[in-house]
Amino acid sequence: MSFINYSSREINCKIVYYGPGLCGKTTNLQYVYKKTNPDQKGKLISLATETERTLFFDFLPLALGDIKGFKVRFHLYTVPGQVFYAASRKLILKGVDGVVFVADSQIERMEANIESLEDLRINLAEQGYDLDKLPYTIQHNKRDLPNVAPVESMNKLLNPRNVPWFEGVAVTGPGVFETLKNVAKQVLIELKKHY
Amino acid sequence: MSGSDLIMYEEEFSKIDEELQKLYIQTNAKVVFLVDKNGQLIASAGETREIDTTSLASLTAGNIAATGGIARLLGEKEFTILFHEGENDNIHISLIGQRVILVVIFDKRSSLGLVRLRVKKSSEALVTIFNEITNKSEKEKGSDSLDESPFAEISDEDIDNLFK
Ligand SMILES: Nc1nc2c(ncn2[C@@H]2O[C@H](COP(=O)(O)OP(=O)(O)OP(=O)(O)O)[C@@H](O)[C@H]2O)c(=O)[nH]1
Ligand SMILES: [Mg+2]
Repeated sequence: MSFINYSSREINCKIVYYGPGLCGKTTNLQYVYKKTNPDQKGKLISLATETERTLFFDFLPLALGDIKGFKVRFHLYTVPGQVFYAASRKLILKGVDGVVFVADSQIERMEANIESLEDLRINLAEQGYDLDKLPYTIQHNKRDLPNVAPVESMNKLLNPRNVPWFEGVAVTGPGVFETLKNVAKQVLIELKKHY
Repeated sequence: MSGSDLIMYEEEFSKIDEELQKLYIQTNAKVVFLVDKNGQLIASAGETREIDTTSLASLTAGNIAATGGIARLLGEKEFTILFHEGENDNIHISLIGQRVILVVIFDKRSSLGLVRLRVKKSSEALVTIFNEITNKSEKEKGSDSLDESPFAEISDEDIDNLFK
């Protein structure tokens, strides 16, 4: 649910990074934070456990610039990927405008990817959203590791609709901004359709 | 998807602003602000300069969402008021009309009783304003009267420029 304020001339959109535990959602936000100009970002807020696993969410507000005199803001959130945080994941999806699914490319994590994707679909449906109708981008992350599955087979498994997808190495940056830009663009195009 | 988008127009925004200013003065608070349930700041009044209102908005919404989750587990509808007491500052959070969150931060220049009382009054006024907003955006959506829409002529170039 975007928030369009004609008075202060602002548009706020919510983008949620979803995916299994340890796939690199928080790392994506940390990289975006690190590489964004100070005047374009707010604080990166991480509600995490002592071992740096996301407990509730990470939050990063970005103010990238103007469109037709409106200040465009993206609020990036990550969900906690660990299975037992299901209730929290649901809460964070409320009001989402666009979804990034971060998949872990390691072969042994394919089952976890599939499970998380199903969880995403179900949780969205519970809030009245259809994943097939939302702005949606996939990132195959951790491509730097030796034990990764080929992207073709990952797409077959996780991306049957062939939505936009990118290879990523969130720790060092490749694919991070490509993914964000892509989903942000879809969100704005969606807004254009409706208003 | 955009069925629940919140669109704020000049007229209603200034009414909200006025209401918050009033509440700020009447409660002798430090800051008063209004957040939507998804964590986006709608308006604020008071000494906002020293406060990271964007982060505060997101965390407040998270707080309401989490306690809302707890409420449902217990079979409660929702906890409509949260109050946190600190050494110097206190924070009073209340859910208004199931849609927006009103936050009052105050210190010993004010009191919980006063804040409670005034928040209750303001809530009623705010509910009315938000109902007006809902009616208005539904009407506008049906017609083509949104000639002011910033999106109508949005181009790929505009979007690309954001990410330069
Ligand atoms: N080699 C490698 N490691 C990565 C990559 N992305 C993230 N990691 C590492 O994977 C671990 C988990 O990353 P996080 O970003 O915390 O994972 P998460 O998805 O937020 O996990 P949860 O919060 O539990 O859901 C960290 O040690 C990261 O440094 C990558 O592209 N390559
Ligand atoms: Mg995390």
